[in-house]
Amino acid sequence: MAEQSIVRTEDLKKIYKMGSTEVEALSGVNLEIQAGEYLSIMGPSGSGKTTLFNMVGGLDKPTSGKVYIDEVDVAQLDAYELAWLRCRKIGYIFQTFNLLPVMTALENVTLPMTFAGMSSDEARDKGVALLTRVGLGDRILHKPSELSGGQQQRVAVARAMANDPAIILADEPTGNLDLTTGREIIELLRELNEESGVTIISATHDMKMLSVSDRVVWIRDGKIERIERREDIEISVGTIRGKDE
Amino acid sequence: MQDKVVRDRTRAKIEKQIVLPLSKAVQISLESLRMRFGRSLVTMSGIVLAIAFLMSIWTSNAIIEELRDSGDSRIELLLQTKGIETSAEDVKAARSKQTWLISLSLLVCGVGITNAMLMAVTERYREIGTMKCLGALDSFVAKLFLLESSFQGATASIAGTVIGFLLSLVASWISFRGAVIQYFPGIKILTFAGLAVLIGSVLSIVGAVFPAIKAAKMQPVEAMRIER
Repeated sequence: MAEQSIVRTEDLKKIYKMGSTEVEALSGVNLEIQAGEYLSIMGPSGSGKTTLFNMVGGLDKPTSGKVYIDEVDVAQLDAYELAWLRCRKIGYIFQTFNLLPVMTALENVTLPMTFAGMSSDEARDKGVALLTRVGLGDRILHKPSELSGGQQQRVAVARAMANDPAIILADEPTGNLDLTTGREIIELLRELNEESGVTIISATHDMKMLSVSDRVVWIRDGKIERIERREDIEISVGTIRGKDE
Repeated sequence: MQDKVVRDRTRAKIEKQIVLPLSKAVQISLESLRMRFGRSLVTMSGIVLAIAFLMSIWTSNAIIEELRDSGDSRIELLLQTKGIETSAEDVKAARSKQTWLISLSLLVCGVGITNAMLMAVTERYREIGTMKCLGALDSFVAKLFLLESSFQGATASIAGTVIGFLLSLVASWISFRGAVIQYFPGIKILTFAGLAVLIGSVLSIVGAVFPAIKAAKMQPVEAMRIER
């Protein structure tokens, strides 16, 4: 299998102006993410983790440097192309689930398909299939308020998969979930990653994530501290996993 | 990583996002109103009051004018005993006072709508951010809020017009009894009713323009914000 990069950053820098002082959130990050990879970005808060994550997802613009998604420079895209990219190429999963409260589980999942221009019948069938896939086939007409946190996040996962994206961006997907539910979501993401080859990029400080990630990028002070492959991690965090189980 | 199935994703060029038909925005904004019915009622009550006030003044003016023009001496006497100005100058002075009151009430109503819609936008920053992450265009988000406000405005204006008309009719009936029916200015009142609904609806849309722009300009990254 020839490895092809789905996301590539070139000397990424981001400077925030806080009044008169300038804060460098990212100071020159070079990262290449392979298609089909399960990548976790780890780091303490304030490390630039969220900034890097948002830029990789096309949600934020760098002060200097470039982000390429599928070899396309994100900075060159206009508003319509960016919307298309967010709709078709990238699926987003949030820490706070972010389901639209006025819509049912099914409507939440079919909304991105509607944005993509799919007919309602087709979207409905696909939505039902996706919700069944994540184990909520019997809850398709429930509103988010009638679902537990874990169930809401499952709907969000199904919604992220709506338009068969190439990338799923998960921002602390287990941050608002208990241990068991969090592990179920991680497993689900891993399964989807293996089934469909979707690239998963997640910003997290959940150690449970480590065991399923192909690579872990550690960020500190706006720089990549180190990148670990799974083979290396499993030994070093063996004790943490032991504690969880 | 080698054992993983990587689906062959053709590197299609990035395309432009399609603009959704208005019917989709209508559907979503109606659903949003239905789910937040209590909140909409509060917003709408302001418009109902302002339009009812406008309509009641227009109705009673029309009725009195019709009675005055009737040339019936019995009615003229009735008008005088009720202390209603009959001289052209007095009528003019009263009218300008009314216009002032009406404009003021409509202005307050418009500010109220803007305020309510701004609250709605601020409240739903995460929803808006999420929609944008899912591929909503700026124009779609703006349309949602404009439609929501115009539906509220139209409904409230119709209710206000009916209420204002009925109240004014009852008040006139108490004063003039059957004469009101005898000299009922139907066409005039119908025109005023249409105008009142139009004013209420336009006011709601104009009031929602700034909030809608604010919503449309919101960044998708807002969806990630966490308030603790």
